[in-house]
Amino acid sequence: MKRMRPSVETSIESDAIAVERTLAGDRDAFRILVERHSRNVYRLAYRMTGNQHDAEEVVQEAFLRAYQKLSQFASRANFGTWVYRIAANYAIDRMRQKKSEDSNRALPARETEDGAEMDLMSTVPDGAPSPERLAQSGQLASQMRRALSQLTPAERTAFVMRHWGGSGIEEIAEALKSSTSAAKNTVFRSVQKLRKALEPFVEQRGQARAMGTEL
Amino acid sequence: MKHPKEEELIAYHDGEAAGREVIATHLGDCPECQAELERIDALLAALNTIPVPDPGEDYGQRVWQQISPGLPQRRGHWWDFIFSEPKTVPWLSPRRWAAAGAIAALVLAAFIAGRLTRPNAPGTPAADQTKVRERILVMAVGEHLGRSEMVLVELANSGPETAGQKEVNISGEQRRAEDLVGENRLYRQTALEQGDTALAGVLDELERVLLDVAHSPQQVTPAQLEGIRQRIEARGILFKVRVVGKELQQREESGNAPASPNGSAKSERNKV
Repeated sequence: MKRMRPSVETSIESDAIAVERTLAGDRDAFRILVERHSRNVYRLAYRMTGNQHDAEEVVQEAFLRAYQKLSQFASRANFGTWVYRIAANYAIDRMRQKKSEDSNRALPARETEDGAEMDLMSTVPDGAPSPERLAQSGQLASQMRRALSQLTPAERTAFVMRHWGGSGIEEIAEALKSSTSAAKNTVFRSVQKLRKALEPFVEQRGQARAMGTEL
Repeated sequence: MKHPKEEELIAYHDGEAAGREVIATHLGDCPECQAELERIDALLAALNTIPVPDPGEDYGQRVWQQISPGLPQRRGHWWDFIFSEPKTVPWLSPRRWAAAGAIAALVLAAFIAGRLTRPNAPGTPAADQTKVRERILVMAVGEHLGRSEMVLVELANSGPETAGQKEVNISGEQRRAEDLVGENRLYRQTALEQGDTALAGVLDELERVLLDVAHSPQQVTPAQLEGIRQRIEARGILFKVRVVGKELQQREESGNAPASPNGSAKSERNKV
């Protein structure tokens, strides 16, 4: 039978054993879990925070918290998914805190009626290069990073979890501590903002590619 | 149909099921919406090209070196030796089943002993024994629910490896379900004896599902497998097992006896 893929199944089984051993007092068993899942958690953390330094801190904190809460994991089937969720929760808290600190220095944070943070994109002077220059200099990737960095922490978390992590709406709602309908709206809002910020450049690249002039 | 909204097209891109067929039909007839969906696809595909720096093959080791000095040593429990096994032994090995059987026998013995030594006065050593028996039961049922959940989750995730595959082998799950049925019956009877009808009810439903799996053929067609899966889903048994498992875990952690029949924990479970 196809169960899950054999390697995934084996990994879940050995994760379960490592969890049991850790709970039984064998601290080194936790090392297996850290070494196995760090890179995956790092990918999520990097996409959420947008920089290596913060991503590494999120990874460390996620595993520390996982160790502390391990007894709550007992009946769950997949350690990887569990620690991923812990990392997402911590990353969003960290981003909110940073945003709040930055806002205190620059502009006051605002909230919409449903409690979601408003981004400051519209209030920050747009110093972005023109589309022509971007297309010519091939800086689409940095423009995309910029657009992502201008999402609110909740939007960025929702976008990363949905489109890169393949998470369901319930899982996203849990990370955002919101209702499922609010989480759905946040996912939609994130894509809408990214479209607004990036579509001209994406289309331009498509045209350049079609004409064989992409740099 | 009217043109789908932007959020519906994004949800369609994400593979959401609601209204999928209607949108697909509309897209076939509407070049405008087709172009809009292509723009969404192109944007999300472009975002996928943002590189994530590779932290290196040894990243996990570095993380461990950074966090391990700050990890407190956990104290083990007396029963851990029963459940822990060398890493090379599979999760559901015969040895583990033997251990689970031993626990089940222990629970049964503890309850028979309990019945023989009744009545208990509150605050006496016999009352403490009752508490110990209850904790053993809570722990053992929690483990049992965890193993049952794993079998059901594996079935939910299983399917043919290729599109043309005519049969799927579920003999592994079937054997494990067979073993779990016996254990389940024991715990259900014990819960009934204790007057915990809510737990007994969930165990009764779980038993029916386990029997269903245990009585299935070893090789099933994808349609039969889907039938089993739908019966599991229809009963909502995975959700119930998780809720009860969580409650038992909290009970075990608090070291308390179950809530009184009118207590909030039991009423919550009854809602399930």
